[in-house]
Amino acid sequence: MNVVKPNSYRSGPDERGHFGIFGGRFVAETLMPLILDLEKAYTEAKADPAFQIEMNGYLKNYVGRPSPLYFAERLTEHLGGAKIYLKREELNHTGSHKVNNVLGQIMLARRMGKKRIIAETGAGQHGVATATLCARFGLECIVYMGAVDVERQQPNVIRMEMLGATVVPVQSGTRTLKDAMNEALRDWVTNVHNTFYCIGTVAGPHPYPTLVRDFQSIIGNETKAQMQEIEGRLPDSLVACIGGGSNAMGLFHPFLDDSTVEIFGVEAAGHGLTQLHAASIAGGRPGVLHGNRTYLLMDADGQITDAHSISAGLDYPGIGPEHSWLHEIGRVNYLSATDDEALAAFQLLSKLEGIIPALEPAHAIAKVMELAPKRTKDHLMVVNLSGRGDKDVPQVGDILRGKSK
Amino acid sequence: MTTRIDTRFAELKKAGRAAFVTFVMAGDPDPATSLEIIKALPKAGADVIELGMPFTDPMADGPSIQAAGLRALKAGMTLKKTLELVRGFRKDDNTTPIVLMGYYNPIYIYGVDKFLVDAKSAGIDGLIIVDLPPEEDDELCLPAMKAGLNFIRLATPTTDDKRLPAVLANTSGFVYYVSITGITGAAAADSTAVGEAVARIKRHTKLPVCVGFGIRTPETARSIASHANGAVVGTALVDALKNSLDADGHATGKTVNAVTELTAALAQGVKGAQQAAE
Repeated sequence: MNVVKPNSYRSGPDERGHFGIFGGRFVAETLMPLILDLEKAYTEAKADPAFQIEMNGYLKNYVGRPSPLYFAERLTEHLGGAKIYLKREELNHTGSHKVNNVLGQIMLARRMGKKRIIAETGAGQHGVATATLCARFGLECIVYMGAVDVERQQPNVIRMEMLGATVVPVQSGTRTLKDAMNEALRDWVTNVHNTFYCIGTVAGPHPYPTLVRDFQSIIGNETKAQMQEIEGRLPDSLVACIGGGSNAMGLFHPFLDDSTVEIFGVEAAGHGLTQLHAASIAGGRPGVLHGNRTYLLMDADGQITDAHSISAGLDYPGIGPEHSWLHEIGRVNYLSATDDEALAAFQLLSKLEGIIPALEPAHAIAKVMELAPKRTKDHLMVVNLSGRGDKDVPQVGDILRGKSK
Repeated sequence: MTTRIDTRFAELKKAGRAAFVTFVMAGDPDPATSLEIIKALPKAGADVIELGMPFTDPMADGPSIQAAGLRALKAGMTLKKTLELVRGFRKDDNTTPIVLMGYYNPIYIYGVDKFLVDAKSAGIDGLIIVDLPPEEDDELCLPAMKAGLNFIRLATPTTDDKRLPAVLANTSGFVYYVSITGITGAAAADSTAVGEAVARIKRHTKLPVCVGFGIRTPETARSIASHANGAVVGTALVDALKNSLDADGHATGKTVNAVTELTAALAQGVKGAQQAAE
C-alpha cells in the first residue's frame, strides 16, 4: 500500500469518519439517524464553552484529576535503563481511565435528553464507570457483559449492581466483549428513541472513535504539561496497552506530531501469536465489524474468530480504526505481550512499587521491561497505568496458587 | 437492465397481488438440506427467496437467525458455498429471484469485484447488506449496480422524510421496509402504522415496497400484504426448521416439509390479501 505521510497525524478523521481507509459508518439504517444526531450534538457541545467548564468541574472534583505523573524509582533501578514514569490513571474515581470518556458521553446524553444509557463492558471497568455516572445523574443504566467475563470479573459485576445498574450476561457467540457489543447494538436498534449508547473504546461507527479519543486526550495533555514541569521537556517514549485502544489513544494523540517521541502500543498476545490471542494488528487484517473498518481477527471466509487474553479488557478481536491507520502509516509501533509476560509484570510492579496494576496495563509494563533496559538513563519513558488491579486479585490469586502447586 | 426481481414484481402487479418473500439461512442446517429447501420454496408459494449469508456477528438479528447462522457455519458453510447453493438452485429454476442478505465483512474479504462477478454468474439478482447505509455506497452499492445486481435498501421507522431520498437514491429492485425498530424476530408489526409508512415511502419512489420484521402468521402476513407490495417472513420459517431438527441439530425426514408447509400456509395468507384489498 502506498502511504503518504500527512502534514499532521492529528487532523483525522475526514467528514465521513475515515482515518485513511479505516473507520466509517457501517451500521444498520435504523441507527444511522441516531449516529448523525450524536455527531451534531457533539459538534455543538465542543463549540459550547459551558460544556467544557461543566466537564472540567466534574473532572477535578468528582473524578479527581489531574492524575499524577509518578516517577517509578524502584522499577527504573531494577530495569537499569530508561527513567520510567507512570501516568496514574488507576487513581481516578472508579479505578481506571474509563471514567474520562464516560463523563463526556453522559454529559452529551444529558444534552440530548436521553434518559436510558446502555454500555458494553469486558473487564467491567467501563461498565463500572458508566454505572457510576448514571447513579450520579439519576439515569437508567443497562450494561451488557459476556457471560465468560461475568464469571472472571465478579467484583466489578457486584459493583455495578450496587450502583443500581442492570448487568445482562450475554450468552451468544463467544460470550465475551465482542458479543456484549453485538447485544448492546441490538438493544440500541430496538430502543432508539430514549437510549444513548455509551461506547467504552475508540471503536464503533463515526463519531464514536473521535469523541472517545477527544475525551481521553486529557491523559496525554496532562502528561505533556506534567513532564514539562518535572523534567522541562517532552518524554522520549510512550507505552500503553491496547484492547480497543482508548487509554492508548488518550495518551498518544497529543504527542502524535512530536516527532521525537517514540510511541508503543501493546496488544494482548494471549497464549502466543501462533495460538489463541487478541492481537488484531499482529495477527489480523482489515475487515468490517461493529460499525467500522479496522484490523480484525478472522478466518479466510471473513468470519470473526475468537480472541483470547487473560485480561477481559483486552479480549476483543478488533482495535480502534485510528490505531489501524497509525499502524499502517508507521507512526506508532504495535507490539504484543503474552498472558505469562503480563502476569510477571503484574507481580513485579506490585512488589517494586506497591502498585497492583490491572491485568490490562500489566501488558504495557511487560513491554517496558523489554524496552527500558535498552534505553539510556536520560531517556524518559511514560507508561499509562490505565487501571488498578483490585478486580483481578481473585483471578490472579487462583492462577498463582495453581502454578505454585 | 431488468433483473428477475423487476420481472417478478411486474408479473405480480399484473396479477394484482402482493409478493411473498421468504428468508432462509444458506446452509442451515447443512448445505444439502438447505438446497432441498430452497428448491422446494417456489412450489410452496414463495415469490422471492432471500438467502441469508451466515456471519458470526449478526448485529441486527435476533436469537433465531443468529442460531441459524451458527448452525450453517458449523456445517462448514462459507460465502463460496452460498454461491454454489444458488448455482444448484438455478439448474432447475431460472425465474424465481434470489436476494442475498447479510453483513458486509464476508463480501469484503471475498473481494468486492470478484464477488460481484461470481454472484451474477451464479444467478443472484440482488443484495441486502444490513450494515451498508447510503453513507457507504462506494463500498458495494455502486459497484453492484454497475454489475447488474439490485441493491435493495432497508428503510426503517427512523428513516424520516428528510432522509428517505438519500436512502432511496441508489436503491433498485424493491425497498425493504423494516416494520419495527428492533432485531429480526422481535415484536409483531402494527399493520395500520405499516400502511402509513408504506404510503409515505411510496410518495418518494415508484419501486415496490416489501415489509418485513415481525411477521409470523398467515393472518399478519395477510394484513401486511394488503398494505404493501410484499411481505417478508424469516424468523418463523427458521424456527420451523429448527423445531424439526434432532437433538444434535441435524436435519430429520421432517425438516424440508416443516419449512414448505409453513411457507404454503403463509403464502395463502398473502394471496388472501389480494381479495381483502379488492
